[in-house]
Amino acid sequence: MSVPAKTYRPDWPGLARHGTLALSVLFALAPFIWMLSLSLKPPQEIFQPDFRLWPQSFHGFENYRTALTTVPLHRFLFNGVFVCATIFTLQMLICLPCAYALAKLRFRGRDTLFSAVLIGLLVPPQALAIPHFVLLHLFGLLDSYAALILPWTISTLGIFLMRQFFRGIPDELIDAARLDGMGEFEIIWRVMLPVAVPALAAFGIFSVVAHWNDLFWPLIAIRSEELSTPALGILLFRDDEAGQFLGPLMAGATLIVAPLVLAFLFAQQRFIDGISFTARS
Amino acid sequence: MTSRSASAAPHQHIGWLAAAPATVLLALLLIGPVLAVIVFSLTDWQIGASAARFIGLANYHELFADRVFWTAFVNTALYVAIVVPGTVGLGLVVALLIEARPSLRGFYRAAHFLPVMSTMAAMAIVWGSMLHPTIGAVNRLLAEFGIAGPNWLRDARFVLPALAMIGIWQGFGFAMVLFVAGLKAIPQSLYDAAAIDGADGIVDRLRLVTLPLLGPVTMFVLVLTATRAFEVFDTVRVLTQGGPNFASEVLLDRLYTESFDYLRTGYGAALTVVYLAVVVLLTLAQARILDRRVHYA
Repeated sequence: MSVPAKTYRPDWPGLARHGTLALSVLFALAPFIWMLSLSLKPPQEIFQPDFRLWPQSFHGFENYRTALTTVPLHRFLFNGVFVCATIFTLQMLICLPCAYALAKLRFRGRDTLFSAVLIGLLVPPQALAIPHFVLLHLFGLLDSYAALILPWTISTLGIFLMRQFFRGIPDELIDAARLDGMGEFEIIWRVMLPVAVPALAAFGIFSVVAHWNDLFWPLIAIRSEELSTPALGILLFRDDEAGQFLGPLMAGATLIVAPLVLAFLFAQQRFIDGISFTARS
Repeated sequence: MTSRSASAAPHQHIGWLAAAPATVLLALLLIGPVLAVIVFSLTDWQIGASAARFIGLANYHELFADRVFWTAFVNTALYVAIVVPGTVGLGLVVALLIEARPSLRGFYRAAHFLPVMSTMAAMAIVWGSMLHPTIGAVNRLLAEFGIAGPNWLRDARFVLPALAMIGIWQGFGFAMVLFVAGLKAIPQSLYDAAAIDGADGIVDRLRLVTLPLLGPVTMFVLVLTATRAFEVFDTVRVLTQGGPNFASEVLLDRLYTESFDYLRTGYGAALTVVYLAVVVLLTLAQARILDRRVHYA
């Protein structure tokens, strides 16, 4: 009675906002909830006419064990980490000096080179699949880690982004380093690299997400199970006999999706910035 | 080196040295391959065959006479036509709602962004089970309302809309993030000015300030969503392989099937050239539109 009446007045706009967003959150998260729920259920429960979020008889242990033992899921995950890390490292080693040269050095042919980079930005990677396949075939490199990595070592997007970033860095910083007697390569790795960490992190997240999730190229380049990347591996599991059962299949999908999702939950802002920053170019 | 050229290009050697690895790879892995694919498209080469004949434009004649190619072309266009308005509309509404109040902002942003991060091949499998005609989540939900849902992925009438829905699911969180960035860039002073002019209701603020100022961002999101939708592949390959009866066949899946299932390299190369041409034309047209829009704002 002593509480003022206005405390009880419902906040209609606020409630409408939460109500609508709850629906769209449900849409966004439903597949994840469904996947987790099924990954814990025994087969007969999945086919029951009434749906329960939590299983009546917990079957999670068996499902995840089946997923981990019928196909080498841990191997797929390792391949994902190895391939993504190598691709990004090489991209960085190759793009950074080029981006620096394009942004800060004056040499004949620079504008031509930059035009080539811009043309490269226009080309969707899928359009290069046939020549890349032929090239790797000629060198006998198909179905190897090299096949997964080599086509991506050059990233015109990386060069472009880092060039834009370096252009924003004052020349005084570079001149001071030159006066200190540093060579250009020393400047790249000891002055520019540390400054560029935020931009590199953004590009790195973009690159890792793209290659972890890529299906098109691994499907073309890889035949062996033990070289499969996560996206390809989950398809191998589905086509396996054990993958016909939804429980283990959903457990497998959970394990494939989990690393990036967990990384995202730990560093949300970095991921969102990384992916939208890269898209803005 | 003469002093004149040294002053015009003081970093001639070091510049090319720094750019050398990237330049070599650019030529070998990007420019060269684009030229190669054009050359391949003029031959009847099949990978593994020792010889190839130059056959002029025969691959292109065959391609343009192929009904399946046109089906894939139309399907891709339809897919884009559903996904783009769905993604952009939903992304905009969610962004406006999230930014309207501070409460639970972080949670909403993260939750909507989760699909953007997730491996589409795995999530396509999950969607496949959700769209299962009897035990799937979607038809169970529809049954609650007394609706008997179709066999989404096996019915020629529903397969493309179902795939488009998955496309919207994956992309709308991304559109939301870009819209939120656009909303944050609108200065508070404009809302204050509008309020002084008597426009302080939600609808007036939206109509007079927010939406006009979001114009450039909206263009950008449209372009990005369209480009991504045009490249649809994972869901089709995992769930339908273009079926039933090519009702969900799209350009990239066609490209994959001809080039790498049937190993018809020359023909696949012709398909690639057409695909590349469409993408480049779209991108250039969009860049032009974007330029014009940005100057307006």
